[in-house]
Amino acid sequence: MIIGLDVGGTHTDAVLLSENGLERHVKVPTDTSNLFNTVLSGFDLLLDGIDSFKVKRVVISTTLTTNSVVQKQLNPVGIIVSSGPGIDPKLFRRGEHFYTVSGSIDHRGRERSPINRAEIEQISETIKNAGIEYVGVIGKFSPRNPAHELEIRDILKKNFHTIFLGHKVSGNLNFPRRIATVHLNTAVYSMHKNFFNAVNDTLKQKGLKAPIQILKADGGTMNLATSMEFPGQTILSGPAASVMGAIHHAPADKDVLVLDIGGTTTDIAILVNKAPLLEPVGVGRGKYKSLIRALHTTSRGIGGDSQVTAIERYIDKTDGVCDKRGRDIDIAGNAKSDNLINSRQKIKALQIGPGRQGPALAFGGPALTPTDAMIWLGIMEGGNKKLAEEGLALLAETLGISIRETAEKIFHQTCETIVSVANIMVDQINKKPVYTVHEFLEGYKIRPQQILLLGGPAPYFASKIEEISGIKTTVLPNSSVANAIGAALARTTCEVSLLVDTERGVATAPEENFTASVSNSYRKDDAIKTAIALLEKKAVNAGADLKNFEAETTEFQSFNVVRQFALRGKIFRIKMQVKPGLIKGFSHGF
Amino acid sequence: MLKSSKKTGLVFFPAFDWAIDPTHPEREERLLYTQDQVAEEGIFDISGIVEYKPDLVTANEIRRTHFCVPDEAAITTQSHLISAGGATVIARAVMEKKIDNGFALVRPPGHHAMRISHGGRGFCHINIEAIMVEMIRQQYGVRKVAIIDTDCHHGDGTNDIYWHDPDTLFISLHQDGRTLYPGSGFTGELGGPNAKGSNLNIPLPPATSTEGYLYVIRNSVLPALEEFKPEIIVNSAGQDNHYTDPLTNMKFSAQGYAELTTLLKPDIAVLEGGYSIEGALPYVNLGIILALAAMDYSKVIEPDYDEERLKQASHVTDSIKRTSDVINDYWKRRYELREKAGNHGEIQERHREIFYDTDNIFERQKERVRICRDCAGALEIDSKASPGLHILAVHIPLNACNVCKETGYEMFDRAIHSNKKYDKIFLQDRPKDSYIVR
Ligand SMILES: [Zn+2]
Ligand SMILES: [Zn+2]
Repeated sequence: MIIGLDVGGTHTDAVLLSENGLERHVKVPTDTSNLFNTVLSGFDLLLDGIDSFKVKRVVISTTLTTNSVVQKQLNPVGIIVSSGPGIDPKLFRRGEHFYTVSGSIDHRGRERSPINRAEIEQISETIKNAGIEYVGVIGKFSPRNPAHELEIRDILKKNFHTIFLGHKVSGNLNFPRRIATVHLNTAVYSMHKNFFNAVNDTLKQKGLKAPIQILKADGGTMNLATSMEFPGQTILSGPAASVMGAIHHAPADKDVLVLDIGGTTTDIAILVNKAPLLEPVGVGRGKYKSLIRALHTTSRGIGGDSQVTAIERYIDKTDGVCDKRGRDIDIAGNAKSDNLINSRQKIKALQIGPGRQGPALAFGGPALTPTDAMIWLGIMEGGNKKLAEEGLALLAETLGISIRETAEKIFHQTCETIVSVANIMVDQINKKPVYTVHEFLEGYKIRPQQILLLGGPAPYFASKIEEISGIKTTVLPNSSVANAIGAALARTTCEVSLLVDTERGVATAPEENFTASVSNSYRKDDAIKTAIALLEKKAVNAGADLKNFEAETTEFQSFNVVRQFALRGKIFRIKMQVKPGLIKGFSHGF
Repeated sequence: MLKSSKKTGLVFFPAFDWAIDPTHPEREERLLYTQDQVAEEGIFDISGIVEYKPDLVTANEIRRTHFCVPDEAAITTQSHLISAGGATVIARAVMEKKIDNGFALVRPPGHHAMRISHGGRGFCHINIEAIMVEMIRQQYGVRKVAIIDTDCHHGDGTNDIYWHDPDTLFISLHQDGRTLYPGSGFTGELGGPNAKGSNLNIPLPPATSTEGYLYVIRNSVLPALEEFKPEIIVNSAGQDNHYTDPLTNMKFSAQGYAELTTLLKPDIAVLEGGYSIEGALPYVNLGIILALAAMDYSKVIEPDYDEERLKQASHVTDSIKRTSDVINDYWKRRYELREKAGNHGEIQERHREIFYDTDNIFERQKERVRICRDCAGALEIDSKASPGLHILAVHIPLNACNVCKETGYEMFDRAIHSNKKYDKIFLQDRPKDSYIVR
């Protein structure tokens, strides 16, 4: 048997799965001020009367890291950055103890200027004297050559026990994101360590012998030891859990939209042939922007409990399309210019979300919501229909239409907004630039052929969403605990980047501390073999069971090195990942 | 995360799978290290910088600029179409005011491709800037365009295409043609009788440094732009004038290029040459991007930058000043020069020999233009390539007067009924946006 536990914003879900399917599921309220108790009460309820010895796998997904970013409760840490030519690194400052130092490595990994030992020693003392315990070190182009980060770490060792290094987080190039990622890892480390060590100890006492796995933003898992090196990877694991929960029900060889409709927000993700689409560089959203591998998800503040209000806005008399202020907009909803169009007309319109005031009026809440409209229309059972009607009547008067029209309009616009956000997401992915003629001509285009819905209000929206989108729409069975099921079934994942430069005669994977010498006869096949071996080793270290191992080359580039118009060698760049997906042996009964 | 002061669009199309041949300077990894630098700087995360995907230009778009012989498909590959399509995507975004300015970092380049194209010249097959400019004119009704070509080689292709067009101010800054391919672009090359002085060629002596480039920009280019009042400014942003370029002999720097961009304020920059792929391109391209976005570029300095070594010799400075004065004098006298070039209604002939170094083709041209005070003049070109075809091409300019329109059709008719054995006869009627092949 295996366990999945997903801490959500309002509820925590836990499931117990066996080869026969879902054995048990529990829901407990999330106490954000004490996540430890929340997790434990989830386990207590779930394991009540179960022989915990039979549990072979435990996967936990928490909002610990996400919350600390949102609530700005990151620990003060020291950040040391060396750069070289380019944008001023001071612009990427994170926190109070941020130091830019000398030393520079170029795009091919060659040292251009050395680091200054005395300078680092002095900063080391300053940070230590400020009472800081944890330090991050980031060099520009360190994935090409980590020498400076390692040198700086060696100098810092005297004063600091735990030091986070930039080249360890990703083989991807993006210096500002590398700084942000190392800062996140460093700043959430002690909190993450205390929390999971406590959870681990307690579960051990309860007789759970299975090692804990922790869900990451890419929909894969890692073990406790790996998580201590990259605690930031637990960020945004909530949306990932839901997406993984949908995979089992996604048809193979099809593009599928996964819509997780909650009370406040709707999360959207895409599956291609049962595999989730990942962000190309790392988490791309505003304050989380980093090199952390993540599922490509879009979030919009619209759900069953979104606040519904009337606003005044403009529409285009000719085609109906313009923004609130009366400016012409493109397909993504962005204004084409600051000029107001002549054919604009002021109207009263509905605004749904992005905020939530509380539950629906029908359930004693303070503001009108799509849930009220659905209750009044008889799409949804329960609640006080009278209270819903009062709210609708008020809005109907403002808009100058009937109560029925108002309710239908709210319901329709909610579904329409969700569909259009999904369409825009697909459109933007399809417009993503590519860098080779081949990719340009052969470019894979996402064309969703099915929509999978999950989340509390999902069942009520299904038929309308199908009607508006024209895409077959189904609601997941066990839709309200699909997130915990997703966590339980998620594979252990990781990624490696291998660089080979036959002119310099070296193959390196700085993230893995790997260096080997290569000859001029080194070929693509050799590079792939090396990358697979590195990936396998890394996956096992992160707690993977090799029977679930599925390697996938995500990037392969090869170039000639030419000097004085003569071919001198080749450069290979390979990225390989364990494909995010589900573990084997649990394919029945959900 | 960072925010730019100007909204800047970028098309980045390195064509990692296309080369002229494996060790040719125009090969797969030309933009590899630029991509690495741009990625490492997090350029695409800057709020205000937008990345666009290139389009493919169509044969119809090419036919507004070129006569491709025997046809478009025969002399272009997909990468040429994408490269030109990268420039048109940026141009559309600028014209529709989605961005303030933009930069097409594309390859292969285009500024050596002339109006008639029998194949590859100086690594170029079709002229990506000209195709873009004609798209802008066709779709957005723009008339006056300035193209400032700062590639180290004379932009002879663009120069040829706009030789007779008084509505295009073409200025090329390049290393003196006596010392570098293609061997043209001297100060006296001012354009045809209808457009004298709207083509300005500014040859610079070898070892011109940042100081010299910026002097010419301030002293000649900006004053001409000021008077010409273009609706759109295009920069053919070749980067082979860098001090590390293997094909040229100049001393330009990344800081210099960024400052040039700040002074010139191009609406659209299009990458041309530049073959120091590790030492120059990553830094120069970064400098241009930051300058377009109006962001701080003061720390974009090459690792091996040595101010002392890159100082400009005084005799170089003197020579640049003299050239700049000559150019300013031509510019001032441009209308007078046009008057002197011939009488309204006359036909003027020009004979030329053109060598295509990339594809080893030799072409002979006889060009006849109607001297016209009302438009750019009807134009007829008899072109014989060896190996290749013998063709006759007639161009009726976009804003042609009625007489020139009629003249164009007469030229076409005469060719059809002539006893010369042309393999193909072309008529490019820009006002009608039509293209006829016989
Ligand atoms: Zn050039
Ligand atoms: Zn005329």
